Amino acid sequence: MTQVILNGLFVGSFYALIALGYSMVYGIIKLLNFAHGDIFMFGAYIGMTCLVAIPGIGSLGIGALAVILLVSIVLTGTTGVLIEALAYRPLRTAPRLSVLITAVGMSFFLEYGVRQIWGPDPQPWPSNGRLSDFLSTTDATGAKQQLSVPIFDGALTYSQLVILAFAVVLMAALALYIGKTREGRAMRAIALDQRAASLMGVNVNATISRVFFIGSAMAGVAGVMHGAYYSSITFLMGFLLGLKAFTAAVIGGIGNLYGAMLGGLTLGLLESIGTTLLGGEWKDVFAFVFLILFLTVKPTGILGERVVERM
Amino acid sequence: MSWLEVKDVDLFYGKVQALRGLSFGVEQGEIVALLGNNGAGKSTTLNMVSGIFRPATGSVNWDGHDITKIKAHKLVEMGIAQVPEGRRIFSTMTVEENLKLGGYTVRDKATITRRIERVFHLMPRLGERRSQEGGTLSGGEQQMLAIGRALITSPKLLLLDEPSMGLAPLLVAQVMEIIHHINEAGTTVLIVEQNAKAALKIAHRAYVIDNGTVTLSGPAAELAQDQRVIEAYLGM
Repeated sequence: MTQVILNGLFVGSFYALIALGYSMVYGIIKLLNFAHGDIFMFGAYIGMTCLVAIPGIGSLGIGALAVILLVSIVLTGTTGVLIEALAYRPLRTAPRLSVLITAVGMSFFLEYGVRQIWGPDPQPWPSNGRLSDFLSTTDATGAKQQLSVPIFDGALTYSQLVILAFAVVLMAALALYIGKTREGRAMRAIALDQRAASLMGVNVNATISRVFFIGSAMAGVAGVMHGAYYSSITFLMGFLLGLKAFTAAVIGGIGNLYGAMLGGLTLGLLESIGTTLLGGEWKDVFAFVFLILFLTVKPTGILGERVVERM
Repeated sequence: MSWLEVKDVDLFYGKVQALRGLSFGVEQGEIVALLGNNGAGKSTTLNMVSGIFRPATGSVNWDGHDITKIKAHKLVEMGIAQVPEGRRIFSTMTVEENLKLGGYTVRDKATITRRIERVFHLMPRLGERRSQEGGTLSGGEQQMLAIGRALITSPKLLLLDEPSMGLAPLLVAQVMEIIHHINEAGTTVLIVEQNAKAALKIAHRAYVIDNGTVTLSGPAAELAQDQRVIEAYLGM
């Protein structure tokens, strides 16, 4: 059972990272950015391309991952900002549905844009960037053995631990940024009352751009980690994960930062426990049954009623 | 030209015209009141001066600048602050956070802290409630907070939109007293009020706006005696 929970938390940390971007954007402009999952996918493709294309990156060892993370953060963040400025901002005062449909269109654009460039087949993650290879030993027979840490009667591999720790650090940093800094305060102010925020001297457009940069960059990070861990990426991988992250955001209470984190981990756990009980083929069914349950029974999510810290 | 000069302004919401050839002026150091009924265009005028709405024709000049096309957040930085209608407190943020947001354009943290303390000195009730959420304050306290929040930038021009709205008469007098203080400390004030009586008590001059244009203007003391104003706005 411990192992089931550990696996759930691990998968949940991916959901949480992506759900954060969903939730931040919803909090600030009340838009369900359905292109967000595809930013995650785009981040993974950027990482893969860097591993292939940057000369000498293989000699950096695990430092190569730091380099591709950085490139991916910059490029996915910028992509998010551009998407907002070109596709969503002109529709700021349009009916919600128009923007929502635009977001779906943007999602297709990213998916099939990537397919056009890198092709429809799943891409193997280059061997110079596989996390497990850096964190394993070679045993007597020459086979690679993953290093792992026992936790109660289960275990987490070093790679899982690194990803989990990285996700936790990122989320803590984001919570501090939103909660304590001048810019974070401005973001919360816009989420509450856009006009009042601009009367305080907040540059609303610049702040919304900043939210898109941060949210997209976090998805980009998740994309690279996904590639480095699972070793294979496809142009449609953002579709399902995006929907799962959306589910996580709803479970936690969309628009709520802590809700996104909690929802991500909760969904990971629910899936993990559910598949253990019912079998792996029920995994996605399980997730979306919870989405429907929450939407009908408690649409505000777990933390939805605590309106404090909204955004 | 006046220090703040609004000249021949037309402003539309879609196809509906809200302001029609509106002109008025405010001199440095004054308290000027804009009076008029609901829907006369008073709030629209303040929001236009604040840069939220842009006029179709006409111009707004202030302190030697043409500010007709300058954006709201820039104007705050330049020295125009607004206390919006309905207060618009950030309800889930604490009193202190609300005040810090008021100082968003002030880069120096020590200056913000000093000015927040000055607001607490001017309005001690806020100081007592500094860690309380804005939404939990009473109407009067929220109005104080909205005014305090606008003072953190040390504005040259303070715009107030219906500061007496929804307040008991005693509180209205208190709020007007605070505005009077702020003006005496050197801030020019442009105040929009439906409560003409309260506004005329502290204002130097006033304009009556009807249907998007100025219909009467003059020193506050004179307007308070004007039969037309008494009948239409003072309810006597």
